[in-house]
Parts: sequence; structure tokens; C-alpha cells
Amino acid sequence: MARRTLRVVALAYLAVLLLVPLGLIFWRTFQHGAGPVWHSLTTPTALHAFRVSGIVAFWAVLLNTVFGVGAALLLVRHRFPGKRLFSALIDLPIAVSPVVVGLALILVYGKFSPFGGWLQGHGFQVIFALPGMVLATTFVSLPLVVRELAPVLTEIGIEQEQAAWTLGAGRFQAFRRITLPAIRWALGYGVVLTLARSLGEFGAVAVVSGRLVGQTQTATLVVDESFQNFDQATAYAVSVTLALIAIVILVVVNLMRPEVKA
Amino acid sequence: MAEALAVLTRPADPDPPGLPFRARRVRPGTALGVGVATLWLSLLVLIPLGAVIWRANEKGTGAFWRAVTAPEAASAVKLTVAVALVVSLINVVFGTLIAWVLVRDQFVGKRFLDALIDLPFALPTIVAGLVLLALYGVSSPVGIELAYTRAGVVMALLFVTLPFVVRTVQPVLLELDSDAEEAAASLGAGKFTTFRRIVLPNLVPAIAAGTALSFARAMSEFGATVLISGNLPFKTQVASVYTFNQIQSDNTLGAAAVATVLLAISLLVLLGLDVIQRWAVRRG
Repeated sequence: MARRTLRVVALAYLAVLLLVPLGLIFWRTFQHGAGPVWHSLTTPTALHAFRVSGIVAFWAVLLNTVFGVGAALLLVRHRFPGKRLFSALIDLPIAVSPVVVGLALILVYGKFSPFGGWLQGHGFQVIFALPGMVLATTFVSLPLVVRELAPVLTEIGIEQEQAAWTLGAGRFQAFRRITLPAIRWALGYGVVLTLARSLGEFGAVAVVSGRLVGQTQTATLVVDESFQNFDQATAYAVSVTLALIAIVILVVVNLMRPEVKA
Repeated sequence: MAEALAVLTRPADPDPPGLPFRARRVRPGTALGVGVATLWLSLLVLIPLGAVIWRANEKGTGAFWRAVTAPEAASAVKLTVAVALVVSLINVVFGTLIAWVLVRDQFVGKRFLDALIDLPFALPTIVAGLVLLALYGVSSPVGIELAYTRAGVVMALLFVTLPFVVRTVQPVLLELDSDAEEAAASLGAGKFTTFRRIVLPNLVPAIAAGTALSFARAMSEFGATVLISGNLPFKTQVASVYTFNQIQSDNTLGAAAVATVLLAISLLVLLGLDVIQRWAVRRG
């Protein structure tokens, strides 16, 4: 009896919060068929926005993968002063509001700051341009790869790599042939998480992009703008596309999970 | 995505026992790596966040204080803290309950539901806001209009923080031995007493960790709340939306002051989380 009550309460909560709203938006988007949706998604503005989202996410994933592998190796296999602080700094972005991230980047890289002004003078615009958007997105997704890799690296240890060194392998070769295969699932998992976070970023990018239509507008910014302009069809169509991408990522992650655990 | 949470809520990495290099001195390769990584972290995280705090105090403590206590700012900060507390409390109850059902109950579609819990992490926050508005917005098809109300803000924050408590409690429940519970039941304890005296004490660290994370997230959320809150000062305007508006109107001092308060609260929460974890580790 009690068990059934708990189940019903849990299911009702999830239905009210997640399932029904999500189902409704899919239904509303497709209630006039797929034609209008396709039309909304293929306008030049929407197509450009998806491209910008893709480019920004690509760079954020790349930067965080390189940094993530390096930082995880440092944290797990090396000792150095200030390690705890270093580790805490990597986790910090989780607790920072995306709007604050945007503000922070504007204060340093905006054209009215000394450093940003200097960069601008040398023809490198960061804020209201792609570099700033990449920085913002990289900031918010910073810990994901490191925190996936660190426990796996701790678990596999370094003995096998050491054995490879004694057999004459170079450091890079040993890493590539011994460690990389062992961490590939965790790395893939971290990359997928970073990708999801990057494609979905809104607040930080809204601040640093300047939201120039056809230039720095990402898919999430289109959702906001078309909703504010009462263009519900576009807002829904782009939202549903982003939601579908999120669901695909979720399925991929769920398929990968047993591999990570093994 | 559960793993992401599990590792995020883990204490910072200690030096592993099998560390091969016992030398005191930092090796040159390590020093170079640390140098490059620290430079990148400084350019990306440390200097920008430092600039926020610097900007907030640039015109002196008085100006900072005036910016934070400006009626609109103070009201936004207060509302944010209050709403985050409410959301965290609801998450304690429903997060634990959902984790319990997902671990201890059996029913058709449980795996689907389990996967669904992670959706708020994967879904862009602005989409989350829009999804809720579709059902609970103006001219709601079910007659529940939460747009431009505080209840709507709470709803949006519940959506994005759903996974935190569930995903921290779930693994602990999975590993919990049922021996003690069976012993308690055989000694005549009722189901509720068994839960309260045997199960709950084991879950407290996990619940606390998940709650701290959902509080920090609720304090800082922007995308999910910006549409549904309607951005009404003194009524539904939360701190992140207030900060955003100040940036848009070029009042970076006001934005930086409120941002500094947000940063301080988030840091305190993370620090608290660290303390909870050490305590849990010591307790075993």
C-alpha cells in the first residue's frame, strides 16, 4: 500500500514537472504537421544560428578536451604545491551564474578594459564576437571532462605505462598505446557532456555575444528572441530541435554508461 | 550523467598512494604543465572573476553597499535566496522519494523514468523555461497560470534542479545493506520507524550534498527563469535576471556588486559541501 502511494506520488511529480510539459511542446510544435516546422528551421537566421552554435560548441569541446586530459593527468599523477587550490578552481564554474560569467569576461576582455582595449587595438575582438562566446562556453563546461577522467586515471594507475617505458616506449607512445585506450570511454563521456552543456548555454552567451542577428546569434538565443517577438512557431521549432539533440545525447550517454563502469 | 554528478560531489583528489615519483622537488615537466594549465585557468576563470569583485569595490565599499542595498537589487537578492531555499526543501523531500522509488520499487517503465531524470541536465535551460511556459503560461491549457508569478519561478528552478538530490541519494540507497532493516523489522519496528532510524541516517550526507548543489544552482540559474518570471522588479525578478538587466543598461557596478554577493553565497555553499563530504568520509 505504502509502496504504491510513494510510486504514484513520484510519478505524478515527474509528470507535472517533466513529462506533460515536454509532451505538450512536441504536440504543439507538430500540430500543423512537419511542414511549418521545417520552414521555421530553414530560414537563413535559424540556419546561421545553428551553425554558430555548432562552431562555438566545437571550440569549447576541443579546448576543454585538451585542458581536461592535461589537468586530469596533473591532478592524478603529479604532485605540486597548490594542488588543492588548482582542483577547487576547476570546480568553481559549477557554482557561478552564467550571467556572472558573461559579466566577468566583459570586464576583462571588453573594449573598455585595458586588456580588451589592447587586444582590440591589435585587431582581435573578443566581446560581441565568436572568441568571447567560445570563452564563455568553455568556462561553464570547464569541469566536465576533468571530473570524468580523474577517477578512471586514478583507478588504472601507472604501472602498465611504466612497464612500457622499461620496454623502450617513449612517454608519448606509452600514453597513446596504454593509457588512452583505457580512458577512451570516460573521455568520450566527458566530451558528450561538454557538448550538451555547450549547445545549451544561454546566459553567458547572451551577455557576451551582443546577440547580433545573422552574426553572433546562437540557437538558444533564437529561442529567446523569437519568443519575445511573439514568433512562437520559430521558438517552438528551434526548442524542439534542441530538445531532440539533448535526448539523443542522453541516449548515447546511457548506452555508454555500462562501458564506463566496466 | 549521473556519473558527472557523482564525481562532482566527490572530495578533491588526494595524492594517490601509488604515486610513482616520491621526489620532493617538482619535476620540470610537471612544472611546465602546471604553469600552462594555471595560465589558462587564470585567463579564463580567475582574472575575470577577480575583475567582477574589483569592479564592485572600485568606487569604495560605500558604493558597493549602496549598489547591493538599492531597493530593486536587495529585493532581487532576497527573493533569490528565499526561492532557492524553498526549491531545496522541496528537492529534499521529492528527490529522496524519487530516488527511493527508483531503487526499491519495481514497475514497468522504470528504466525509462530513470533515464528521464537526467533530461534537465541535457536540455538547454531556455528550452526548459519555454517548455514550462507552454503548459503553465498565459492561456494555460490546464488552467494553471504560473507565468510572472513566484510559483512559476519555483517551478522552473525545480525543473532544472531535479536531478541533484535524486542522483546523489540513488547510489547510496543502492549500496545500502538490507540486513539492518530486516533486523529492525524483525524486532517489530514499523516501516516508517525503520526508514527513519535505519535508512535515513545513512542518506543524510548524500541528501545534504545534493541539496547544497541544488541550492547553488537555484541561486545562479538564469535561462530557465528569464522567460517565466516576466522580470517584474520587486515581484519575480531574481538576482541573475537583475544582474543581466544592469549589464544591458551599462550599469556594470550595480551588476558586479550583486554578482559578488551571488559569488560569495555560492562559494559558501560549496565550502559547506566540502565540509559535509569530509564529515561523511570520516564517518565512513
